[in-house]
Amino acid sequence: MGTTLREVIFEIGGGIKDGKKFKAVQTGGPSGGCLTSKHLDMPITYENLVASGSMMGSGGMIVMDEDDCMVKIARFYLDFTVEESCGKCTPCRVGNKRLAEILDEIIKGNGTMEDIEKLRNLGNVIKDTALCGLGQTSPNPILSTLDNFYDEYLAHVVDKKCPAGQCKSLLKYVIDPETCVGCTACARNCPVNAISGERKMAHLIDQSVCIKCGACYEKCKFDAISIQ
Amino acid sequence: MELIKLTIDNKTVEVENGTTILKAARQIGIDIPTLCYFDLGDMHIENKPGGCRVCVVEVEGRRNLAPACATDCTSGMIVYTHSLRVINARRTVVELMLSDHPADCLICAKSGNCELQDLAHRLGIRDIPYQGEKSTYRKDTSPAIIRDVDKCIMCRRCEMMCNTIQTVGALSAVNRGFSAVVAPAFEMNLEKSVCTYCGQCVSVCPTGALTEVDHTRKVISALTDPTKTVVVQTAPAVRAALGEEFGLEPGTLVTGKMAAALRLLGFNYVFDTDFAADLTIMEEGTELLDRLTRFLEGDKSVKLPILTSCCPGWVKFFETNFPEMKDVPSSAKSPQQMFGAIAKSYFADKIKVDRKDMVVVSVMPCLAKKFECERPEFKTDGDPDVNYSISTRELANLIKQANIDFMSLPDEDFDSPLGESTGAAVIFGTTGGVIEAAVRTAYEVYTGKTLDKVDFTQLRGLEGMREATIDFNGLPLHIGIAHGLGHARQLLEDVRAGKSTFHAIEIMACPGGCIGGGGQPFHHGHESILKARQKAIYQEDINKPLRKSHENPDIIKLYEEFLGKPLGEKSHHLLHTHYFDRSQEIFLDK
Repeated sequence: MGTTLREVIFEIGGGIKDGKKFKAVQTGGPSGGCLTSKHLDMPITYENLVASGSMMGSGGMIVMDEDDCMVKIARFYLDFTVEESCGKCTPCRVGNKRLAEILDEIIKGNGTMEDIEKLRNLGNVIKDTALCGLGQTSPNPILSTLDNFYDEYLAHVVDKKCPAGQCKSLLKYVIDPETCVGCTACARNCPVNAISGERKMAHLIDQSVCIKCGACYEKCKFDAISIQ
Repeated sequence: MELIKLTIDNKTVEVENGTTILKAARQIGIDIPTLCYFDLGDMHIENKPGGCRVCVVEVEGRRNLAPACATDCTSGMIVYTHSLRVINARRTVVELMLSDHPADCLICAKSGNCELQDLAHRLGIRDIPYQGEKSTYRKDTSPAIIRDVDKCIMCRRCEMMCNTIQTVGALSAVNRGFSAVVAPAFEMNLEKSVCTYCGQCVSVCPTGALTEVDHTRKVISALTDPTKTVVVQTAPAVRAALGEEFGLEPGTLVTGKMAAALRLLGFNYVFDTDFAADLTIMEEGTELLDRLTRFLEGDKSVKLPILTSCCPGWVKFFETNFPEMKDVPSSAKSPQQMFGAIAKSYFADKIKVDRKDMVVVSVMPCLAKKFECERPEFKTDGDPDVNYSISTRELANLIKQANIDFMSLPDEDFDSPLGESTGAAVIFGTTGGVIEAAVRTAYEVYTGKTLDKVDFTQLRGLEGMREATIDFNGLPLHIGIAHGLGHARQLLEDVRAGKSTFHAIEIMACPGGCIGGGGQPFHHGHESILKARQKAIYQEDINKPLRKSHENPDIIKLYEEFLGKPLGEKSHHLLHTHYFDRSQEIFLDK
């Protein structure tokens, strides 16, 4: 108690694998909130965690790096509460389901600014009206990521992009014609035959066929394929 | 009782310690909307799971909103019932409910009587912002009740009624989260469950998730078929409640208008189940005296107490739960079935109509009657004694469909001979009535004396279990009364354990008796409505020139011309029945 998050993550825990950049830390289990680098020097106490929008909860801690999409993380945690809801009170039974559905649409690239407002209102109402602790805390991952990572939501909704490259519907594999040597490795490994091109000529990915499996990206020895 | 002071919407209110915010607010004219909450006051039927979250209010110093129905007042509490935070939350909660509800209000059986619809209207909801997947289930139709659980909002009132009050245990919540729903065990059909069709779940369901099987179409078909003679009988409790469907004050008796409306609808003979209720007293009362006399003479094979058997919900209940005691209740058929049996024999012969060409329709405050008239033992060569049983609500619907201006109808009488009845028959409609009627007749038959006063007020009331001792010329007749199957179960367990000291017990499945039946106009939790209906029933009794069943001249004539004597051979054949062990009828196949 009183140890800072930074000490726990970087000293006791040994920092982040492969030297990746710290993005967020989620404390207290699935109903906790996601805290950012600005909270790193905060001493861990019950009060501090609650004041910053998370909680002590189970006492667990999950650290996320630059490769994690915060929208997807929020969705992931919500799965738990949707699953665990007993179904007795309306806000938790139906509300969490609706939150999950709105996030799904945002992840698929169908989100609107109105959806972000719905998430915020619904999240606050569920917190305010749910019968038990599960429902009262279930919107925390959404509300805290909305507070701390609003730009990621905007990127998904306005730019239709996932900055962390996690939301498959929002990303695009593109072959740089300048770098491509026409080795055909990508085309041969594509499971849906989305890649066309003659030998020793630049190849092209048909975006309408591509399933974003990443096989071409893995196979390319010339770093000609990028994720946009 | 300690009094505490608090402030609600800037008004100060003083209440007893232990009062909920909801009740405190109502004391000062603040009507916080509710949905799952249900309270029948003195009848001790209460549902406050705090699940719907519609009644949430803001309490100063509290982190989240509080459900007014389930939060007790504390001294100095400051409550806001319509702050922006509250209005927004309440609205969002109802929008969420609507987002998982079929939007078919136009054709819903509950339209106009739906508490969810009223709430959406009251909150001014004009769109549902949170759209998404809806729960869908198969529609489950039983002989009396339809479960359309797509419309279930998980208020759990039905569950409270079925389990806590009725102790039937047919309905309870299954699954969890978004998949949670109220259903019989293993989500079987209701017909394969322990359901008694008492219909109390229907009478408290705020939406169209539980409704009755509607026979109005079939009745219209029969009425328009020139080859059919259509005979109608109306149960005692119907006349005390039908008026509510036409905007009349609860407790307004509409016996005359109802008879006129039935005639306008095209029924060839407008009769009264009350006639059959008088007949029931003749049979059941005689059976009581017969058992009692033999018992007093030391006959050890006699089963006492005798239990009334008018109520089909109750009959199915003991057949399922107390099968080893199936020879304890009176073997007398219910008035509905006695009427059917007499209409299709005595009366059909009288008017020279073949029973196959006669359609008997009953108007009942009850849904279990729909099941009762389908029971195979009440059919002759596949032809049921009572063809269709419709509820009070269905009759109101028929009257409206037929463009009848109910309010302007003159008062008319029932037809003869199956329309004549006494005050003793009318009180069958309320708890305590059947046994009071039986006592009126049994007393005079047993003692040979005329009663000075026919009102046995000690048998009346709305307490769930009552008892009284009536002096039968030196013989103290110990009488028990239970309404609500939970109370019935308690009395029955005493009988099973040999602890019961009663000579006779009246049991009605529905709280309040038939006035609170599953087929009555919806009371929406207003206990005052049930009390008004009960008052009306006793008023109708007073209005009658004859108040003892054995004085009904058409009953006397029926015995002279046709039946012979009570418990005689013809009676035994036409007016008595037997019961079945249904404890093994519950199957796990869907």
